[in-house]
Amino acid sequence: MAKETGLVSWKKLELGIAICEPGSASKLKTGDWRSARAVTDYDKCVRCGRCFIFCPDMVYARNEKGYYEQNYYYCKGCGICAHECPVDAINMVQEGD
Amino acid sequence: MAKRIGMEVSIAAAEAVALANVDVIAAYPITPQTHIVEHLSELVASGHLDAEFIPVESEHSAMSTCVGSSAAGARTFTATSSQGYALMSEICYITASLRMPIVMITANRALSGPINIWNDHADLMMARDTGWVQTVAENGQEVLDLIFHAFRVAEDHRVLLPVMVNLDGFILSHMIEPMILLDQDEVDRYLPPFKPALRLDPKNPITIGPVGMPDVYTEAKKAHDEVLKNSKAVAVEAWKEFGDLFGRYYHPVESYKAEDAEHIIISMGSISETAMTAVDAMREAGKKVGLVRIRLWRPFPGDELIEAVKGAKTLTVLDRVMNLNGVCGPVCGEVKSVLYDSGLRPFVKNYIAGLGGRDVTVENFTEMVEKVIASAANGGSMGYEIINVNE
Repeated sequence: MAKETGLVSWKKLELGIAICEPGSASKLKTGDWRSARAVTDYDKCVRCGRCFIFCPDMVYARNEKGYYEQNYYYCKGCGICAHECPVDAINMVQEGD
Repeated sequence: MAKRIGMEVSIAAAEAVALANVDVIAAYPITPQTHIVEHLSELVASGHLDAEFIPVESEHSAMSTCVGSSAAGARTFTATSSQGYALMSEICYITASLRMPIVMITANRALSGPINIWNDHADLMMARDTGWVQTVAENGQEVLDLIFHAFRVAEDHRVLLPVMVNLDGFILSHMIEPMILLDQDEVDRYLPPFKPALRLDPKNPITIGPVGMPDVYTEAKKAHDEVLKNSKAVAVEAWKEFGDLFGRYYHPVESYKAEDAEHIIISMGSISETAMTAVDAMREAGKKVGLVRIRLWRPFPGDELIEAVKGAKTLTVLDRVMNLNGVCGPVCGEVKSVLYDSGLRPFVKNYIAGLGGRDVTVENFTEMVEKVIASAANGGSMGYEIINVNE
């Protein structure tokens, strides 16, 4: 088994492991956590934007036609968007299916 | 010019904190520390000290407020005792880990239970492995000088750690003593304005206190350990400069008649003054006895201690606390640990003394040293004993 060592040398850590690059949390790939992904049926979607509002991460972005599209780098599969969608346009699809 | 004052040590300590140009004080009153922050609040209310005094609802909030204040770049002070320390201890680990150069006085008091407001080193020992720099004062003069030293060391960019100045509750905190208090010009010469290395600033946003996942936690601890160990050299340097400026020299470990001593007492704090009187009495009786006092408790000055005791046949190690571990008191544990590494093998006996305000007398010291000498001669136990316990 490979030896588990840290990401960076202790000598290179910022004071008190402070993070000095603003917005660096956007690099965190929360999509890795997912067991199911949110998939939108655009025939049902009414472009209300609730998925965008309720998503606890940064998954949804509005496209030119006003629909909200997923960025799976961030989708952790929580299912909140599917739960909140007023027209049941979002389904949670098991990864691997 | 510095002036000679006769003052309660707590009040003088508050005056010293004010001279250190502190920006923020967040505190909650607890015996026997109360007079320190009470006097600081008076100094702020009367306009003598231009600082924010933030009264909070608990010690947990006091230290939390101090973390925020220090992170914003303010010179920050608080004080506590005993149960107050216990309540704030969660944040104290974080304060050190976040590298916040806060200075705190702990007026040392026993921990419950049973509930007891009097002096011993239980709070100091609860704090011992939190990653703070810790110094322990012997008398009022040392309290004042250690306060200036504490800010100087804490804010040094080679350190950036919180510093705890320990003084024995009541025995020092409530004693009126003659002391020399530096004036503002002198303090300003010794203590430059606080220049934070990192601080919260909306124009330059940073995150202080992110989660340390398994991929960084070990490295964070290693960095903290290294900086704490290296802080000893900075503490020594800051004491040397203090001595050069004001004539009072301090060291991590002090020796009293220990150079040629065959039998050495090791102690910490105000009890050492009684120990010195006992050393004088035993010297007059022809016994080669000396005292070694630990002033810098964290980081532990192992090399200096070994140097101070290397010629001794017996060591009588005092612990003013009952750490319930079935092995020995915390001071003795450190002493035995560094002795083992050094290869020295004197006879070491540990006495637990002065718990919860119980007096330790000159006669007690004589009795302890004589018992240790006898035990060493006839192969007695090196285990710990409580002195003055009613069987």
